[in-house]
Amino acid sequence: MIEIKDLHKSYQMGSNSLHVLKGINFSVKEGELVAIMGSSGSGKSTLLNILGMLDEADTGSYFLDEVPIKGLNETKAAQYRNKFLGFVFQSFNLINYKSALENVALPLYYQRKKRKERTEKAMEYLGKVSLAEWATHLPSELSGGQKQRVAIARALAADPKVLLADEPTGALDSKTSYEVMDIIQGINDEGKTILVVTHEEDIANMCKRIVHLKDGVIVEDKPVEQVRASQYV
Amino acid sequence: MFDRDRWQEIFEAIGKNKLRTFLSGFTVALGILIFTILLGLGNGLLNSFLNSFVDDAQNVIFIRAGRTSKAFKGFQENRKIQFENEDFEFINSNYFGKVEYATPRIYRNGLAKYKKESGNYSIRAVHPDHQYLEKTIMMKGRYLNEADLVERTKNIVIGRLIEKDLFKNENALGKNLDVDGIAYKIVGVFQDSGGDNEERILYMPYKTVQLLFGNNEDLDQINISYNMAMDTEQAIAFSKKIEEDFKKKFNVSPDDQSAIRVRSFVEDIKETMVILGGIYALIFVVGIGTLISGVIGIGNIMTFSIKERTKELGIRKALGASPKSIIAMVLQESVLITAVAGYLGLILGMLILKLIGNSLEEFFILNPKVDTGVIVVATITLILSGLLAGYIPARRAAKIKPIIALRDE
Repeated sequence: MIEIKDLHKSYQMGSNSLHVLKGINFSVKEGELVAIMGSSGSGKSTLLNILGMLDEADTGSYFLDEVPIKGLNETKAAQYRNKFLGFVFQSFNLINYKSALENVALPLYYQRKKRKERTEKAMEYLGKVSLAEWATHLPSELSGGQKQRVAIARALAADPKVLLADEPTGALDSKTSYEVMDIIQGINDEGKTILVVTHEEDIANMCKRIVHLKDGVIVEDKPVEQVRASQYV
Repeated sequence: MFDRDRWQEIFEAIGKNKLRTFLSGFTVALGILIFTILLGLGNGLLNSFLNSFVDDAQNVIFIRAGRTSKAFKGFQENRKIQFENEDFEFINSNYFGKVEYATPRIYRNGLAKYKKESGNYSIRAVHPDHQYLEKTIMMKGRYLNEADLVERTKNIVIGRLIEKDLFKNENALGKNLDVDGIAYKIVGVFQDSGGDNEERILYMPYKTVQLLFGNNEDLDQINISYNMAMDTEQAIAFSKKIEEDFKKKFNVSPDDQSAIRVRSFVEDIKETMVILGGIYALIFVVGIGTLISGVIGIGNIMTFSIKERTKELGIRKALGASPKSIIAMVLQESVLITAVAGYLGLILGMLILKLIGNSLEEFFILNPKVDTGVIVVATITLILSGLLAGYIPARRAAKIKPIIALRDE
């Protein structure tokens, strides 16, 4: 599903150049649930941004579902993001003046789906995260865990190939974190490929594989015995 | 542009960000409001100026006779010059094609009586052409005609206020009016924009007056209007030519200022038009300035709004919004707000102008109004300025990088 070879990325900080990714080789097969771990500054967010086509690597190759991701213009990148990827962010990033349902329906709007179909699908995915009865509520009326579940429903609504979650539990208490991870595990059980960036050991252990990043290189890449989140819920 | 979903999306964004929408709309509405009122007041000023001429036709030339101030060709000074019918006919036969209308005037006063009411009124004995020269508007009946002249009828036309004074609520048309003991038949009632005095005048055929009072051919004054095909310079030359011809005809010294007096409005009008043009240009510049500041205002607010929405736009882009759709969204929103708010400002401005009406007449503002052409132009300008004001922020919005936008807390 994801093929990365010798990926480099540096940022220009004034006169200094900051080399963030120093040759990443990494591949993910369909149906995997991968945790990307590392301390802050290790380059894990940069890697996720590149994977999410929100940023572009300086050198190296990136194939997503056998499509080369290189030198895309903005319009093309937007199309690919819409078709291939679903995002879940630490700070939820819901549009605050839209209801839960409208938020979930938004990616479908950019897929030019009909309004009726959008509403139906969005309702279906809200049901999947057990928020059907909160459909008309604004994000400000939801708890943190509920917001993140709306965000997950939104990421799933467009039926992407890969779900990218950047610290999805970073802003949540541990009980709510496990609830969110339970949902993520459930989606993965249905066959969706998911990448989770986290710095929390317990969250990483709920994935099936952990990739450790340090100073811009992968220092460890190992499969783990998955801890089911449902036992804590 | 006509994508229903996109409009829905925009209405949603507008409806849920009322303050922002109100602020940007308010700027535009205010700009247009001020523009409309300024332009309307400018037109009012214009109307007021024009009105000082509209009482009479603008191309009128008055020819009056007085007494000579200089001895000339063996004639003594202080000789009275008296126009007669022959002088009036001289105009018709000598200036063919240059004269549009011509009428003599004989001035009299008379005591008019109807039943118990009576009053002293000015009488003007005239040719039927006088109607066009004076811009007399008939309310009832007809004006004097050629037959009245030839048959020397005792038909008269009275002003609206005479009817009001003497006939109270009765209809004067067809009634007989006693003027200094002679019964005249009222064939018409008129109104005139020249003020109350102009509406307390009696008109009768000049030949009737000549027959009834002294059986002579004397005339007090001759009014003509020149052919409008003439330009200002030609009209001035024509007026000079008449003066020369009449002075020659009556053996008056060419530099005698009082014996023959020919007066036309053409030079006054020319001067006034130049001043008015200046005033109008000034109003237009101020108005356009106001409009521009309104457009800059909305551009400003849109820029601010884009900054405020950076995160939202970043999310949209992460979810698959193309730069084009972001530009279209911002532009359409801007055009919609500008057009609606501008239109409200326009309507409000016109309403205020209507309310002002003629209440500012003493400040030389008469019937302030903006005309349809201006409204059409203003509407197009509004839409264009909405596009212009939205374009720069829209392009900036499209360039937002989703990661930067998403980091923006």
